[in-house]
Amino acid sequence: MRCEDVSRALPQIVDGVAPAELALRRHVESCLRCQAELVQYRKLLRSLHELRTDVLEPAPGLLADILAKVEEAGERRALRSLLSGRRVAYAGAIAAATAAGAAGAVIWATRHRRLRAA
Amino acid sequence: MVPADQGLLVAAAKSGDRQAFDELVRATYTDMYTLAYRLTGDEEDARDVTQEAYLRAYKGLRRFRGDARFSTWMYRITANCASTALSKRSRDRHDPLDEEAVVADERPEVDPEAMADAELLRDRVNAALEELPERLRAVVVLRDVYDLPHQAIADELGISEAAAKVRLHRARRRLRQRLFPMQGEEAAHAV
Repeated sequence: MRCEDVSRALPQIVDGVAPAELALRRHVESCLRCQAELVQYRKLLRSLHELRTDVLEPAPGLLADILAKVEEAGERRALRSLLSGRRVAYAGAIAAATAAGAAGAVIWATRHRRLRAA
Repeated sequence: MVPADQGLLVAAAKSGDRQAFDELVRATYTDMYTLAYRLTGDEEDARDVTQEAYLRAYKGLRRFRGDARFSTWMYRITANCASTALSKRSRDRHDPLDEEAVVADERPEVDPEAMADAELLRDRVNAALEELPERLRAVVVLRDVYDLPHQAIADELGISEAAAKVRLHRARRRLRQRLFPMQGEEAAHAV
């Protein structure tokens, strides 16, 4: 294995997620140039990882804007749920009225039949 | 905020407690803004992306299963929103940097002693990230700064896992060449 091959493979294996071939590991163990390059990649990864705690301060007003948008979405959701709740209530009332009408009709028909029979 | 607190807030927010969701926003928004800025490289875009990300999170909170931290879930949503914003932006203007192009190093010679200084190094890393093409920057930021798995990165950026790995490889190589050049590479940067 040549230094060029190792150099091409290092960015992929430096974090240890992808396994390093045995030939590559042996080359790195015996090659100072490749060892140095590996060290540089490790330094790079460390530096990048440290950025995680480096938080930027946004211009004022962002938090208020986010909360306002979320509130607006919450109100729309509540309105939709209210409307769908009312729809259910209306449908229930219509169903109850229909059932009551049908029951009334049955009672009326039964009484009417009894009166005729008498 | 400790994760346990976040877990309680998430549970409350999922059951409809708006104040709990607001608390989650307060606890995480600077972090999401930072990620959005790192991905877009523009303050205004970062603000829009952050707002959109929380709106999507609020609407989709019931789908959050809680098997990851809330902030990790938010990173994924923010990355997805940033990716959408960048695609929209790239339709309007062309990215002038070719992925394989070597960026000329116009900085004065950097003293190796000074490089040890953490603050200086951080500034240089940030500057090098900003110089990367957006498609490479997104992958290396999500993987090496925010620790997202390859598959999650691929999902949120709308690319294959293999493509995400190739971009990560290229991004690391370019950053290493830019920040920690090997003997002989300085000459290439100076061209």
